[in-house]
Amino acid sequence: MWNWIQKFSSPKYFYDMSAKLIPWFAIPALVIGVYGLYLGLFVAPPDYQQGESYRIIFIHVPAAWMSLFVYMVMAISAGIGLIWQIRLADVVAAASAPIGASFTFLALVTGSLWGKPMWGTYWVWDARLTSELILLFLYFGYMALQSSIEDQRQADKASGLLAIVGVVNIPIIHYSVEWWNTLHQGATVAKFDKPSMHIDMLIPLLLMALAFKLFYAAVVLVRARNEALYRDRNRRWVRELIEKI
Amino acid sequence: MNKRSRRKMLVAMVIFGVSIATVLALTAFDENLLYFYSPTQIHEGEAPQNRSFRVGGLVVDGSVRREENSLAVQFDLTDNAAVVPVTYTGILPDLFREGQGIVAMGRLDASGLFVADEVLAKHDENYMPPEVADALNTAHEAGKSGQPTTY
Repeated sequence: MWNWIQKFSSPKYFYDMSAKLIPWFAIPALVIGVYGLYLGLFVAPPDYQQGESYRIIFIHVPAAWMSLFVYMVMAISAGIGLIWQIRLADVVAAASAPIGASFTFLALVTGSLWGKPMWGTYWVWDARLTSELILLFLYFGYMALQSSIEDQRQADKASGLLAIVGVVNIPIIHYSVEWWNTLHQGATVAKFDKPSMHIDMLIPLLLMALAFKLFYAAVVLVRARNEALYRDRNRRWVRELIEKI
Repeated sequence: MNKRSRRKMLVAMVIFGVSIATVLALTAFDENLLYFYSPTQIHEGEAPQNRSFRVGGLVVDGSVRREENSLAVQFDLTDNAAVVPVTYTGILPDLFREGQGIVAMGRLDASGLFVADEVLAKHDENYMPPEVADALNTAHEAGKSGQPTTY
């Protein structure tokens, strides 16, 4: 079992395998994303209260879900890297951080643009918005630690610990709308109850969420390949790869 | 204990310690994290007296009175238990209407009138086409039969 994991998590094996995997994520991401956007922007009915403006939900909500999902991937990878010292796990964590930060930023910007016409303000310091902003700073902190510590193993250790500590923020973001009175409304889809959304709006939303997930899978593979190459730049397998070119 | 399980322990301890610290901190800051007070809390005297705070609730049907020749507007806010009268001068957000949930920032005057200097609209987590909302309303009006609505 242990040898098996060692073999499949070797950067060289990953580098060869991931090249074949990327199109299987990238192409469905594009197709489902375009179809989901078309359904969301043109086919889905307007909302009874917010009219057409609610359509930003098809970007805002998938981006917000991904900001949490990518953080969990990053923290779990960092934890695996820290405990079992699997180098590929640290590579995946480091490759995920900028993607997660981008999703968080996108969620904050689209939320802000949605807030102005509906709530009457771009920004309020309520628990949901503030905890999501803290998530952005956690990503930034991880990236800063990664790039400011010279020794790669020390950098992985320090930034990985930060990623793990930051996990406490994830349930806070999710439950903030239940635990406190917030301006942000409660959960529509991610709850035990039936989703409070009409089926014609729900389907494009779930399609967009799927497209965002596939997009992340494709991008994280591309970034992790680069990261693996860079980290192993002095190892034999990378040298041999270069000589072949 | 070998190195690997020592690192496992370390990670578990970090998660545990930080969680405890966060729970304690959040409990301590609970009051400050409350984005708004409800009309019931104001009636029970939980709201601060001499500084501005936010109140959230539903605009009572038929309570909105606009002054002619100015932007001043008066309305009642309720959480279906208590009512707080609110006055505001300015432009209201698009979603402001009777029955709508809103959050107002301001302070209480001596007579118990809430003088707001900012009014934000809160919307619920329900998304549906207008026809469905109309149908739901009609069903609700006609005998209030069927399942209770949750919003």
